[in-house]
Amino acid sequence: MTKKLQTPSQTIGPYFAYSLTPQQYAYDFTSWTDGEMTEALLDEKLITITGQVFDGEGQAIDDAVVEVWQNDGKQQFFGRYGTGTDAENRFFFKTFKPASVNGAAPFLSVILFMRGQLVHSYTRIYFSDESEKNAQDEALAQVPATRRSTLVAQHQEGGVYTFNIHMQGEQETVFFDV
Amino acid sequence: MPKDIIQPMDWDVHPPRLSPEYKSTILRSPTQPPLLTKKGLAELSGPAFGEFKVNPLDNDLTQNAIKNGEPIGERIVVHGKVMDEFGRAIPHALVEIWQANSAGRYVHKVDQHDAPLDPNFLGAGRCITDAEGNYKFYTIKPGAYPWGNHHNAWRPQHIHFSLFGANITSRLVTQMYFPGDPLLQHDPIFLGVPEKGRKLLISDFDLALTEPAFALGYRFDIVLRGYQETPFENR
Repeated sequence: MTKKLQTPSQTIGPYFAYSLTPQQYAYDFTSWTDGEMTEALLDEKLITITGQVFDGEGQAIDDAVVEVWQNDGKQQFFGRYGTGTDAENRFFFKTFKPASVNGAAPFLSVILFMRGQLVHSYTRIYFSDESEKNAQDEALAQVPATRRSTLVAQHQEGGVYTFNIHMQGEQETVFFDV
Repeated sequence: MPKDIIQPMDWDVHPPRLSPEYKSTILRSPTQPPLLTKKGLAELSGPAFGEFKVNPLDNDLTQNAIKNGEPIGERIVVHGKVMDEFGRAIPHALVEIWQANSAGRYVHKVDQHDAPLDPNFLGAGRCITDAEGNYKFYTIKPGAYPWGNHHNAWRPQHIHFSLFGANITSRLVTQMYFPGDPLLQHDPIFLGVPEKGRKLLISDFDLALTEPAFALGYRFDIVLRGYQETPFENR
């Protein structure tokens, strides 16, 4: 049979919030997901991942949508957060750190959308306190050593990790062809 | 069929990341090419929507935000099938939409266009595709609206679509346009798509779906990246 052509991608634009992240932005429509990726909100093993998305001039972008997916074979979580409700344009995700799959370094998958992107971008969040696994990880080994740190969330106190995304510039985040 | 070989992005139809006529891409598109990585468990899976509960009016934008009357504008019904490149239906896909009202105004707080809001129209909806991959929304035909990309820039009438299929590789955000819209030939977002892909973003007027004395019908089928067909088997 004739193969059908994929439907082309278009930008998410600036006005997604009342459909994709309605409650976070205080619109009168129910959100099916948000930054709290698990309902076990009081578990002491929960981690918080926060950061900003920077454009080519170093401005923190206020209309990006960050989606996070994790699947370590045991637990699956999904979250979505817009960068337009925090005074510093940060995103926040609360979740459990995924387990290692077959010895690989644990990571979260990120899908990133924004006005000015005609096609979304994929990246990964690895963890700074998994340096042993990171050093042996096959996928990280394929990333040029000078850019590897762009994929690693930095562990702060109290289970908080910071992960900034740079669209361009010297610290441009590594994006993947997924 | 092996389910670990995913069709690649078809760059003959998708827009390039940098498309300078659409000015916002200049500072927001990555400058380095994306790195190829072996797909693992994470890429070959995604949130499951089989048990997902939508509210009864979530796919009816003519009803889901009523405060004191019907929303103003031309009622339409938009339907289509979500499938992969081989025409295989994608059931239990999440379809989320958002759009301007009939006057070309978005509810979003940052939209400052001087056109009236409609107290009875939000412009947001969602549904899950059925076993045959079909979806359906009732809504109001959105208006065109001006934007700041260049002098006298107007976006053609469109509905934003967000698609979530079986795994995160098939994620798609796109826009559905209407047939015969004279603004299409002037819109750098639409024209960012290579010519071969453009007609795939324009819905078809569908008389068979049109509901007599109620709503005009439009059909918009959506093709997501799917699993590879294997022409030969070693087993």
